[in-house]
Amino acid sequence: MKQFLSFVKKEFHHILRDKRTMFILLGMPVMQILIFGFALTNEVKNSRIAVLDNANDIASTAIRSELNASRYFDIAADLHSYRDIEEAFREGKIKLVVVFPQQFNNDLQHFNTAQVQLVADASDPNVATTLVNYATSIIKDYQSRITGDRRLPYTIDTEMRMLYNPQLKGAYNFVPGVMALVLMLVCTMMTAITIVREKEMGTMEVMLVSPVRPLKIIVAKAVPYLLLSMINITTILLLSVFVLDVPINGSLLLLIGESVLFTLTTLSLGLLISSATNSQQTAMFISLTGLFLPTVLLSGFMFPIENMPLPLRIISHLVPARWYYEIARSVMIKGLGLGAIWKETLILAGMTLFFLVLSIRKFKIRLA
Amino acid sequence: MEKSFLNKKPNGSPGDGAVVVENIVKHYGSNKETVQALRGVSFEVKKGEMFGIIGPDGAGKTSLFRILTTLLLPDGGSAIVNGHDIVKEYKAIRKEVGYMPGRFSLYQDLTVAENLEFFATIFNTTIEENYDLIKDIYSQIEKFKERRAGKLSGGMKQKLALSCALIHRPVVLFLDEPTTGVDVVSRKEFWDMLKQLKAQGITILVSTPYMDEAGLCDRVALIQNGQLLSVDTPQAIIGQYNRPLLAIKAQQMLRLQNDLKQYEDVEDCYPFGEYHHLVMKAGYREEQLRSFLEQHGHHSAEVCTIQPNIEDCFMALMKN
Repeated sequence: MKQFLSFVKKEFHHILRDKRTMFILLGMPVMQILIFGFALTNEVKNSRIAVLDNANDIASTAIRSELNASRYFDIAADLHSYRDIEEAFREGKIKLVVVFPQQFNNDLQHFNTAQVQLVADASDPNVATTLVNYATSIIKDYQSRITGDRRLPYTIDTEMRMLYNPQLKGAYNFVPGVMALVLMLVCTMMTAITIVREKEMGTMEVMLVSPVRPLKIIVAKAVPYLLLSMINITTILLLSVFVLDVPINGSLLLLIGESVLFTLTTLSLGLLISSATNSQQTAMFISLTGLFLPTVLLSGFMFPIENMPLPLRIISHLVPARWYYEIARSVMIKGLGLGAIWKETLILAGMTLFFLVLSIRKFKIRLA
Repeated sequence: MEKSFLNKKPNGSPGDGAVVVENIVKHYGSNKETVQALRGVSFEVKKGEMFGIIGPDGAGKTSLFRILTTLLLPDGGSAIVNGHDIVKEYKAIRKEVGYMPGRFSLYQDLTVAENLEFFATIFNTTIEENYDLIKDIYSQIEKFKERRAGKLSGGMKQKLALSCALIHRPVVLFLDEPTTGVDVVSRKEFWDMLKQLKAQGITILVSTPYMDEAGLCDRVALIQNGQLLSVDTPQAIIGQYNRPLLAIKAQQMLRLQNDLKQYEDVEDCYPFGEYHHLVMKAGYREEQLRSFLEQHGHHSAEVCTIQPNIEDCFMALMKN
């Protein structure tokens, strides 16, 4: 035991004395959650739009100011003719033009029907569709207000409810994903280089000629990272609750417990890489390309797994982050309990055990 | 295993060998490009002996040390360290030997004291328990206790590494090129430390590329290209040298060497410091040599007979 503790102490010294490592370990999660939470959302905020108002009457001005007031749009220009539309798009800053015809209010009042034209820059189709949808719903909103409770004959109103995330906030999706990503990166990459660094520095050579057992070396390497990951989990949860306004609907204890389990999975994976490789570069490369990319692409966090071709769907089962992402989303957003996620939990536990046993078996008791 | 093995060596003192090496073979690389590191090396180190393995870089010294410290598996042959087979009983050997690799292999980001303490604990011992053994060495660096190992000078690193290798009171100590890259004064100090350790009864195997350090060992093995050229006491190796040896110095040293190689009575000529060492055939005549030098324009040549040293013996053995 004393031997083990002295090993853990040594590992802590290595980490705490290396400022760059410390920065990566503790700074990266904060940066990532902020970047993903704020910058990389697929929500469209404050898009610059232009208005070509040929009517300039009560109705068009009202819609115009509602568009401007919404957080999705900023009216950046007022156009005066159809010819300006093309030019406005060419400059590249305007994403959508709203065109009101002459006599807009008049048509609305007397014929009960009026047309608004939405011209969108569809060079990015997703953004264009989103903007058109936003604008349509704002206009509809206005319409239903002026019709009031006068019932129109034969209208079908679809009423939607977005469960668990009524405002369709991107952060709800990203926070569990980023947690998976950050834990994967920090734990796997850091532990992946820790054993291999001893091989490169030659310290492994001295350590091997001693009575220490491989299990002790490996487990002792994981302990400090596990503790640091707990700090990371805490920061991420605090940031997501207080900065990104993502609630934790389920049990906090369960969420933390599952996160610790996932951390163990990633740590044992990192240790496996470290036991099996001979240079820091290889270890780094494997953990980056072999783990980071699948985590991003195949965990379901960026692209829905349901849409993937069958081979990729099968491969995605092997990505630990996929299961954790599932768990984190269920607990955080849906507020589900262990009953709903026991299967995923079991899979993660099984993976952890597998990686750990394999890394101990792969641990070389000699130099070559 | 040990018994049948020792039977094969009638001249060895049975049971006394701290290290018994029998026909060790090691090669690296795949079938196409195999590098022969050791081609059947055999020797025996007695208990309490200071045994030197002397040879140039790439001779196979490090491979041999790694095999004996159970870090590498030999491709052929067998060896016993302190009564344990290096392959089957590697765990026992790892408890009982001390190893200092050629490269400084301690934790550079840990302090001197932390390194020592770490190595003490992984060998299930404490600094206090064996302090008397390392006292003379460690006390010299104790004032830098709080300094990171990476910030120590070469000589101090050496002392720390030796302290760490000794902290568990090993029975056999393996030192792979401990003095390479260390200044002359530190080298001398280091050998003095080794003498004291030997006095405490520790068997020491030390490798070095410096021939002048051979004389400090009880016995030496000269190694070249993975083969032992000779295993004996330094005095005996020098005693076996049976040719006249001259030291020669002139104005144009390079031309002198080339000219001398043409001379029929010269067996070998190689630079040695500011002189050339000249190995002559038995029965050469000094007057003839002098007139040969005059003919070739080496007028002020300085020639004197000298006693061979280990390096001369090594050169001679290498030629055979």
